[in-house]
This record gives sequence, structure tokens and C-alpha cells, in this order.
Amino acid sequence: MVKYFIIRLLNNNLLITIILGLTVSNLPSIVYAADGKLISTTGVIQVEGTGGSGIVPWATLSGYDSREQISATAFLTRATVTDYELDIVGVSASFYDRVEVSFAQQKFNIDATNDEIKQDIIGIKARLYGDVVYSTWPQVSAGIQHKILKDSAIADALGANDSDNGTDFYLSLTKVHLGAVFGFNALWNTTFRYTNANQLGLLGFGGSDDDREIVLEASAAILVNRYLAFGIDYREKPNNLDTTEDDWKNLFVSYSPNKFVSLTAAWLRLGTIAGVDNQNGFYISLTGHF
Amino acid sequence: MLMFGCASQPSNLYNSIGGKQTVEKIADHFVDEIGNDKIIITYFAKSNVDRFHQSFITHLCSIIDGPCKYEGDNLREVHRGMNITEGDFNRIVDLLINAMRAAGLTHRERNRVLARVAPFRKEIIYH
Repeated sequence: MVKYFIIRLLNNNLLITIILGLTVSNLPSIVYAADGKLISTTGVIQVEGTGGSGIVPWATLSGYDSREQISATAFLTRATVTDYELDIVGVSASFYDRVEVSFAQQKFNIDATNDEIKQDIIGIKARLYGDVVYSTWPQVSAGIQHKILKDSAIADALGANDSDNGTDFYLSLTKVHLGAVFGFNALWNTTFRYTNANQLGLLGFGGSDDDREIVLEASAAILVNRYLAFGIDYREKPNNLDTTEDDWKNLFVSYSPNKFVSLTAAWLRLGTIAGVDNQNGFYISLTGHF
Repeated sequence: MLMFGCASQPSNLYNSIGGKQTVEKIADHFVDEIGNDKIIITYFAKSNVDRFHQSFITHLCSIIDGPCKYEGDNLREVHRGMNITEGDFNRIVDLLINAMRAAGLTHRERNRVLARVAPFRKEIIYH
């Protein structure tokens, strides 16, 4: 299945891959699905294509693979705020609960001008320590996201230092506390990201200078049962350009009825984006595990 | 194995889930779940099921504040040579969750018990 995914990825027919993948996953006799983790403990896929919540990468990898398993994951996300939309498709593979590789395509639409900005993100993340559920200390992972901006005109117009590509480095700590909050399982995540990406990179990288800095991202969630989680995300943003970039916040609910699929919805408060303030809206994301 | 009575405490997890009866019910269902799982049953090929059943009751009772003292081999010794994988361990946890549900524990009670069981994982897997 993973080999099949990579071949399709090379052909760049992402959407076909996802649709085929979802169809085939209904045939358990054909498909290998990793199931070596407790349900809902993998998180979902965040906006840059790596395992996490809505907007924050977590230390968890994208799949349900344990140390003997390989898993593949595909996702579709749409975020709609007052004046913009962001559509994302992506795939990832996770090997032996150790390394995750990911690829995501973002398409950002500006309603007022009908402009479209595309960006590809190639990611790799390695688990350095621990198990999100079982170890005494949090699970720790380090990752890299290489972002290739396909449409540079707006980044150039806004004065970004680099409008071609940029690379983020991050370190995430994630822990589930069993029965910790009135008997409910609770999760927290903290991510430190070294970045100069403006609005994920869609508006280029850096301002008048390279402007790299460490920003803080965090999530907290409560699993109300085995299948349903409620949580919040906070993502500090670099704010390198003259047009303000506000920190991002969301409230999310994630439903994982089985180990094959999960659906996440979020209410977004993204502040000012490219000079237009009060960008609030909704986010919906479908993740499939193979 | 040594059993002794002691005064019950209101915040005691053992008492709050229903004490001895519930722990025995969990053990009964757990043994059934294992017996019906074609992967996990292979780990029990050379085991004495009655002995496992009794040891499980005493151990579970002892780690959830019950009036029992587990004096069997430590879990590292018990699982030595079985080379239980991480994936299979998680599968066993799923069976234990099923057993607790069948014994009538609520989601929150199951989480509280799992929190007591979780630290033993490192003594059980990969050796």
C-alpha cells in the first residue's frame, strides 16, 4: 500500500490516490492497516501535513503504527475564513512509530481578487523519546518542514525577504494523562518552531531581513470518550511583514469512530491576514489511515 | 498470596468500582477476551490459566488501592522470554478495556484503572 502511494505521488495524482485509497480501505482483506496504538491517540493531520491537531504539529506521528508496523495516511482539509479559503490535500507514511514523511499541497484563495497561491510542503519528523500514553515523560519528536512557494507575486509585493522557499524546524512534546481530569483522558502539546514563514509560507519567508525566530505553539484536549476529543490550539506567528500577522487560535472537535478514519471540525480565529483583519471561520478535515 | 482487610477509604479506586466482585468480573471477562483472540492466545500457550486468573485478580486489586498484596513474581520475570511487542501490548490493553466495559465500569473508571496499569508496560514488553 505504501509503495502504491509513493508511485501515485510521483504521478502527482493526489486526489485520485486519496479517493482510491478511501475506497480500497473498505476491503480489509486487501488492505494492510496498522492498528498498534489505542484509538484516538495518533491525533489528526495539521495544516502543513504532519501529525498533530488542526494548526499545531504534535510529537505523535501520523499513523497507528507500532514499532513493528508501517502506516499510510491521507487527508483533505478546507479552512474558510471571512475573506480567504485554504484547501489542503496530503499524504504521509509513518515507519515503525519512529519516522514520518509527509507531503502536502496547499491552495490559498483570496476572495477579493480571485488570486490563488499554491505551496507544497515536504516534511519529515522523527520520534526521539517516549510514548504519548505510556512513558512517564512526554513523547518528544523533532521535525523539518520544507516549503516550496509556487506563486511568489504576492509575497514579493508584501516585501518578503524570500518568495521561493523556506524551511521550518520544530521540536514537539506531547503527553496523554489517563483519567487525569475527572476521569477523562487529557492531552497537552507544546511545540517550539524555528521559522521565518509568513502565514505558513504562503506570503513568503522573512520581512526586510531573514528574520528567523523561535515561536511557541500549544494544544490542549480532553477525550470525552474513546472516539471524541475537544481541544484548543494556539500558534504564535512570526509577524515579519508590515501587514500584521496575528497569532492563530482555534477550538476543535475530532471524531475517530474507528482506526481508519477521523473527522475534525474547528472554529478559527486567525486575526489579520495580508492586511485584512478579523479573519474568523471554520475548518473541516478528513483523515484516512491505511 | 496474603489477603488482609483494612478500613475502606472514600476515594479508594478499588471500592469506587465495586470492590472484589468487580475485580473478579474484570478478570473473568479478560480471560474470555484473551481466549477469543487468536493473536494474544498464543502468548498463553504454556500458561496455567487458573493461575493467571488468580494472579491477575490479586495484582489488579493491589494496584487500585484494594486490600490485597501481590506476592507473585514481578511482571518483568513473568513476561521474560515472551518478547511481547508494543503492538500486541496495545492489543491486550484493548482486550482489558473490553473486559472492564463488560464488567460494568464507566469510561472514566476505565481510564482511572488504565492509569494504574500503564506504568507496568515497560516491565511487560520486549524481553
